[in-house]
Amino acid sequence: MQTKIEALAAEPVDPADALAKFGVGQPMRRIEDRRFITGAGLYTDDEREPGMLHAAFLRSPHAHAGIRSVDVAAAAAAPGVVAVFTGADWQAAGLTGLPLRPTIKQADGSPIATPPRPGLAVGRVRHVGDCVALVVAKTARAALDALELIAVDYAPLPCVVDAREALQTTAPALWPDHAPGNLGFLWRVGDADKTAGALASAAHVVTLDLVNNRLVPNSMEPRGVVVRHDAATGRVTLSGSIQNPFGFQSLLCELFGWPKDKLRCRADDVGGGFGCKNQLQPEHAMMVLVCEKLKRTVKWVNDRSGSFVSDAHARDLSTTVRLGLDASGRFVALAVETVANLGAYMSTNGALIPTLPTAAVLGGAYTIPAISMQVHAAFTNTVPVDAYRGAGRPEAIYLLERTIDVAARQLGIPAARLRRKNLIRPAQLPYRTALGRDIDSGAFETVLTRALELADEKGFAKRAALAKKHNARRGLGIAYYLEATLGPPADSARIAFAPDGSAVISVGTQSNGQGHETSFTQIAAAQFGIAPDAIAYRQADTDITPEGGGHGGSRSLQLGGTAVLLAARQIIAKGKRIAAHLLEAGEADIEYRPGRYAIAGTDRGVSFTEVVTASFDPARLGPDMAPGLDETARYEREGFNYPNGAHVCEIEVDLATGIPRIVNYVVVDDFGRIINPLIVRGQVTGGIVQGIGQALYEDTRYDASGQLVTASFMDYSLPRADDLPPITLELFQDAPTRTNPLGAKGCGEAGATGAPPAVVNAVVDALEEFGVVHLDMPLTREKLWSAIQGAKR
Amino acid sequence: MYEFKFHRPATVRQAANLLAKNEDAKLVAGGHTLIPVMKQRLASPPHLVDLSKVENLSGIEMKGRALSIGAMTTHADVAGSPIVGEAIPALAYLAGVIGDPAVRHRGTIGGSLANNDPTADYPAACLALGATIVTNKRRLKAEEFFAGLFTTALESDEIITRVTFPLPKKAAYVKFRNQASRYALVGVFVARRPSDVGVAVTGAGADGVFRVTAFEEALKKRFASKALEGLSVPADGLNADIHGSAEYRAHLIGVLAARAVDAANGK
Repeated sequence: MQTKIEALAAEPVDPADALAKFGVGQPMRRIEDRRFITGAGLYTDDEREPGMLHAAFLRSPHAHAGIRSVDVAAAAAAPGVVAVFTGADWQAAGLTGLPLRPTIKQADGSPIATPPRPGLAVGRVRHVGDCVALVVAKTARAALDALELIAVDYAPLPCVVDAREALQTTAPALWPDHAPGNLGFLWRVGDADKTAGALASAAHVVTLDLVNNRLVPNSMEPRGVVVRHDAATGRVTLSGSIQNPFGFQSLLCELFGWPKDKLRCRADDVGGGFGCKNQLQPEHAMMVLVCEKLKRTVKWVNDRSGSFVSDAHARDLSTTVRLGLDASGRFVALAVETVANLGAYMSTNGALIPTLPTAAVLGGAYTIPAISMQVHAAFTNTVPVDAYRGAGRPEAIYLLERTIDVAARQLGIPAARLRRKNLIRPAQLPYRTALGRDIDSGAFETVLTRALELADEKGFAKRAALAKKHNARRGLGIAYYLEATLGPPADSARIAFAPDGSAVISVGTQSNGQGHETSFTQIAAAQFGIAPDAIAYRQADTDITPEGGGHGGSRSLQLGGTAVLLAARQIIAKGKRIAAHLLEAGEADIEYRPGRYAIAGTDRGVSFTEVVTASFDPARLGPDMAPGLDETARYEREGFNYPNGAHVCEIEVDLATGIPRIVNYVVVDDFGRIINPLIVRGQVTGGIVQGIGQALYEDTRYDASGQLVTASFMDYSLPRADDLPPITLELFQDAPTRTNPLGAKGCGEAGATGAPPAVVNAVVDALEEFGVVHLDMPLTREKLWSAIQGAKR
Repeated sequence: MYEFKFHRPATVRQAANLLAKNEDAKLVAGGHTLIPVMKQRLASPPHLVDLSKVENLSGIEMKGRALSIGAMTTHADVAGSPIVGEAIPALAYLAGVIGDPAVRHRGTIGGSLANNDPTADYPAACLALGATIVTNKRRLKAEEFFAGLFTTALESDEIITRVTFPLPKKAAYVKFRNQASRYALVGVFVARRPSDVGVAVTGAGADGVFRVTAFEEALKKRFASKALEGLSVPADGLNADIHGSAEYRAHLIGVLAARAVDAANGK
């Protein structure tokens, strides 16, 4: 799995570096899997307690409608019902909209539109699935029964679901007072004049219109929370399926005007998030409000149908790309104009996703001297759009890698050669992009070459010829992705030892299933030279763990993992003083190797575990030493880093049916230094599968009346195991980043970033003889069949 | 799910009596269609009559020149049965491509036929093979049994007990799955019988499963995929939805029928 390629621009690895030993870099099996596989995990719906109440939300069946009245009398009187809430209760509590943290301003410097998103609809519903009322009952079933007794008098309004249509002057207005013309914002980045000038004088300009299709996140565990009230202290605790307890605490306290110590937020096991559990949603706010009112424990778990129409959707962009090339095929300029669909409300990170993270990697791993982008973001009568695996970077890479393939065909240059010609060379590193980002490390051409080698690019022509014999066509698709790890900039970790030599690691970030429990433990175990099972793991609890930025942006290992490393180093430093005291030697003479302190040049030493034990015994400590080994460290990133790699997809399209079958998939990833290759493989595979899903299968369709017609797994197609190819993964580790002490670049989102363009490039390559230049995702079987038929006609 | 009364009879007669006595009672076989719909509160039968403990409703055996499969036999049992594999391998194959493993271990042949989902697999096999659906009251030819979308000739207190399939000389099923649901977007079952040819299509027909007589006539003259060249099924009367237009389905019927004939011929 880990094949080292010739070192290029690599930092020499210190052989004494503990990270190179004791498990780091080893494919250690995941500690948490036993719990998950045996059903011993603690997910939201596993939480039970006597007297716990159950909540259920009434959702709008209309895409856009005024609410004339909501009659809850019958529901409130139904058996088992404790309380029923409507938008009137939200208003009565003095609340307007969920808090937002706009991170961008419009191109003219004005603020973006932030129309108020209430916990329950006030006067109007704006998408199918919008929350209208909330029933709290003694059982989940009583709550569902009562929902059916609520009478809502709707006055249906015309609706719009397409962002480009929403920006037309004739479109129905969702927010006439807050967002005239449905415009959420117009945002620009880059030097538009310079880019326009470079395009005007370019030898070739390749233009491509493309759509990045809307996706439904479909985490395996639906969203849900349990909210508890403590009568003794008046405090409220929210636990559940969320990605960022500290973020939730901050947003909810801002909403309710509470001091932070009034609200505790925590997450136990979380069954997948992919971004959709990062937003503060109306249900969360209502659950806290209701708990505070009723002073009872209340549980809410979304069902799958509710998830389809309320989990923040993803992507949904229409883009025009113009790529300028000089006569030799060098990229000279890239201009991008996008219309982004925000959905009905500005979601927590809704304004961020199509703007800054896209700009962070726009231009990819190529030298492009002039880049500009503008984004019109529109409100529509659809589920709000927010972060989803990759969050803005897959969009940037898709538009670029597709356009490069179109350019290669137009210019008659092989797609791989055109990429090589333009990839940033090692000598150019660190490379400042036209949008001001500094790419610190990478060996892009080496990685691409290796991927093409593993994919047997040389043998492709022969395989393509064979395919023709059975009425099929083969295509080879390449995508070189550049990622930028993002999210909040800091994380903290605490490591506390007990006298028996066992330790507890507490981190503020959290796992949604990625395996932090294992990776973080490996980092610490390697430092201490102790067995991983002597270390327990705690995550994401605003009361008991140090602060963290949550899960998102492929950030956890490099920030939280580094914080663990720093806390471990602090422990080791303190241990050194204790060891010196025990060995009656000067501290400067003590050497530490994982597991043991020794007096340099002698065989006299003391084990790390003995030092731990001694640290709790005042009699064995020096006069100025506090007992115990308990250290907290905070790490704030010094700079962004740029995971990158090459995806090569070989696909065969059956001409009679249009069925695309991926026959081979190769990826070479540069994630810097690897802590646990087994976990990395899992992350990459999952990401690629989601990317293949977007490219071939996942079709989120609204009809003209604003109904989501793909609102269940009967109609929304997720990729299945038997749709998927074997994936060859190689990890290139010879270009570690210098932006963090681990040398690690994030790996969580890379697969979903590289796969869509690789798959689409492969299909378009396969159908070249039919005149296919571009097809929008998902590349369904009928779409391919129609393209083939179109050429035959 | 709403409240309902659950009955678990031990004999077919008891089950039929429960159906006769309780209006709107529903039989539960594998439950893989009914239960999800009840969970979504889209169906609320006041009585459920569970067939799982009724004696003599499952099992696979040869009866003379016919294969007999009990109504409560699961898809997994049919797929894995050496008897079916020997007698009509195409039927075992079909059972093995229904749904997913969970569905195949709960879903039953009787339940599938009684539901007559227009995208289910078994109806195509029954029609093409000339199966007989045996109930507590009578024997129904497949032709008489299927009566349109989710509709059959079954009376309200009639219960399928088994299905018998006369052995074909050759047969094959080719399924083009709905990418999302894994039901048949189009499924074609082709059977060369001793004195007939059956070509039955599921998934595509606006009225459910149907036979393609033009294909059958051509194949009777020559049982080879070449015999189908130039023949096609009109798109009129076929399903059209987000998963496939009527034209695409019509085209697929031709492609799959030819592939099924090739498969039946061992090609």
